[in-house]
Amino acid sequence: MTMNRRDALKSVILMMGGTMVGATAILTGCAPENQIEGLNFSPEDIAFLDELGDTIIPETDTPGAKAAGIGQFMVMMVKDTYDADQQKTFVDGLNMIRKDFKSEKGTDFVGAPVEDRLAYLNGLYEQYKSSEPQEPSAPKQPQVINMLRDLTVLGYFTSEIGATQALVYVESPGRYDGCIDLKPGDRAYAI
Amino acid sequence: MANQSYDAIVVGSGISGGWAAKELTEKGLKVLLLERGPDVEHVKDYDTATLPPWEIPHRGRRTIELIENHPNLRRDYVLNELNLDWWAHESDSPYVEEKPFTWFRGYQVGGRSLLWGRQSYRLADIDFEANAKEGIAVDWPIRYKDLAPWYSYVEKFAGVSGNKDGLDILPDGEFMPPMPMNCVEKDGAEKIKEHYKGARHWLIGRPANITQPLPGRVGCQYRNKCSLGCPFGGYFSTQASTLPAAKATGNLTLRPWSIVRRLIYDKDTQKATGVEVLDAETNQTVEYDAKIIFLCASSFNSTAILMRSATDIWPGGLGSSSGELGHNVMDHHFRLGARGTIDGYEDKYYFGRRPTGLYIPRFRNLNGEKRDYVRGFGYQGAASRSGWSRDVAELNFGAPMKDALTQPGPWSIGFTAFGEILPYHDNHIRLSDTVKDKWGMEALVMNAEIKENEKNMRKDMMADAAEMLEVAGFKDVQTYDSGYTFGQGIHEMGTARMGRDPKTSVLNGNNQVWDAKNVFVTDGACMTSAAAQNPSLTYMALTARAAAFAVDELNKRNL
Repeated sequence: MTMNRRDALKSVILMMGGTMVGATAILTGCAPENQIEGLNFSPEDIAFLDELGDTIIPETDTPGAKAAGIGQFMVMMVKDTYDADQQKTFVDGLNMIRKDFKSEKGTDFVGAPVEDRLAYLNGLYEQYKSSEPQEPSAPKQPQVINMLRDLTVLGYFTSEIGATQALVYVESPGRYDGCIDLKPGDRAYAI
Repeated sequence: MANQSYDAIVVGSGISGGWAAKELTEKGLKVLLLERGPDVEHVKDYDTATLPPWEIPHRGRRTIELIENHPNLRRDYVLNELNLDWWAHESDSPYVEEKPFTWFRGYQVGGRSLLWGRQSYRLADIDFEANAKEGIAVDWPIRYKDLAPWYSYVEKFAGVSGNKDGLDILPDGEFMPPMPMNCVEKDGAEKIKEHYKGARHWLIGRPANITQPLPGRVGCQYRNKCSLGCPFGGYFSTQASTLPAAKATGNLTLRPWSIVRRLIYDKDTQKATGVEVLDAETNQTVEYDAKIIFLCASSFNSTAILMRSATDIWPGGLGSSSGELGHNVMDHHFRLGARGTIDGYEDKYYFGRRPTGLYIPRFRNLNGEKRDYVRGFGYQGAASRSGWSRDVAELNFGAPMKDALTQPGPWSIGFTAFGEILPYHDNHIRLSDTVKDKWGMEALVMNAEIKENEKNMRKDMMADAAEMLEVAGFKDVQTYDSGYTFGQGIHEMGTARMGRDPKTSVLNGNNQVWDAKNVFVTDGACMTSAAAQNPSLTYMALTARAAAFAVDELNKRNL
């Protein structure tokens, strides 16, 4: 879908002698889109990922996912550990979220009120959980929300902030106690 | 120019080779220890052992590149960027799967002693007697009492922690204090004892992780990162244990990058006179002479060396006169069992990362019971609380999910069964006529499969796990079978079995090749049957025993 729109856009730009002013608005009736193409994540895209991650794991009494550099982490993981299909699903999904959020809430995701972002992402996750793929082996939809959840949780709890502040990181326990009391509020181990 | 000469040559520096080098050097022999791969220096080369999670590239996940480049390793948990260099390079060292076979090899100083699971169990009398009693394959030439003192000897030096459980089926050893069970495991063990009236046992595992210091070794720090190398010498490896001892004698020469192509055999004396080595760095061929040779190159590679030796006399190689060389391939079949959850214990936790779990020794086909298969299986498992990676799909994003994941999750337990595979003659390996490795040596062809006996056993392996978990009070009990391909147990055994008769076995009761008495094979190749227990401790004991015998024979001028 993205490619089609892009291709269309390019042909318009060509027709107009390379002038892009107003082209998007003419084509789609929306403000200029800020779409990620391929795996070229701009600083703005990483900021967008930071905000997505920080909505999933926000600052509470400990820092949130943005403080742990979640945007950069997601980009690295998508580039290195996702296959081509998964990469496309992820990038298309981000573009969808960016566009869909704006048309639903009338503002960009980055900069929108926290409640709006949370409601929107929770809505997507509900949709994901209740979706019924036609074939049992097919993934639930939209996959991107589960990818964002997975990468945010992984990146945050294995980050220095997540492991040492949100969790308890003991590099070298030195002993094993098989049975100790867990008091309310005690945190889980990072590893 | 005369070849360089040693009293003994040991081929391979893993669990068995390290022991051979230690024993022979300590008895005063000048020993050349040959290792086909690079050196790995204790502590210094454990590059990733102390990385915190945030410095681990990809946080333990596999990259696409890693997966694409490792079609063999990716079949199981072993593919990990943190210790990738310790697994054999797949495209350099291919093998042929005539039937599906997974072969995980460690081609460096220390071999798989750096990577092993460390579970250290003695075989029992019932295991050594089984072939003879059931008329399967050939009889072991030894019994438990022959090996018992050697088990004690190696346990004391290697360091094995465990509980003295007083069971015939799993004889006690010279243990350091056991690691404790956690609250859930302890209660489960009580329920099992009560319900089965002492016929089934949940035991704490017996790992070669030391709970007290040994010379040069601080001991286990409960980090559970053993397979990255332990800077504290917490577990037995060649580097932590046998190699320093061998080096301390001043009698050891360690030569990495030395691939043994074949043994040099003298038909007049009917002995091997040395080895032909291909230097993996320079591609030069070098020969070394020795009075005795210990093959500890890992089961199939020890056998491959024999197959390439003395072929002018025996087309099938040295030790092939019985027709059994390369045959009777064994492993442990596994990857099935059951898991469950348990309520309560929400206010209980543990401290430290215990590098072992529970062990349930064999309980089938004992005391007159006859299932629709022979032999049996054991289980390994553990109970724990889940952590941040658990699924909390019911919780909304934001603070609720974050807070939940910072708390310990529910308790769960899992058991995996490890079953004995019978020694079938037609399960075999052989040298390929067409496929060669990077150094021009014939690749191995694998042709092995589990049969009726193992398939029948697998039904019990799964069902019994579920039954015991229910008895122990667990709920949501689910069985699983992830499928097994031969070799996945990384317990490859057989192909040069011990026996009582040169017509039906490759080695005698002292691990000597019948056709060349100064050649000893003491790694997994020598196994006459597999039992259900993890086999490495038995290789250690057999190696120490054979080394003592060899030196004795040398002193008597019999070799």
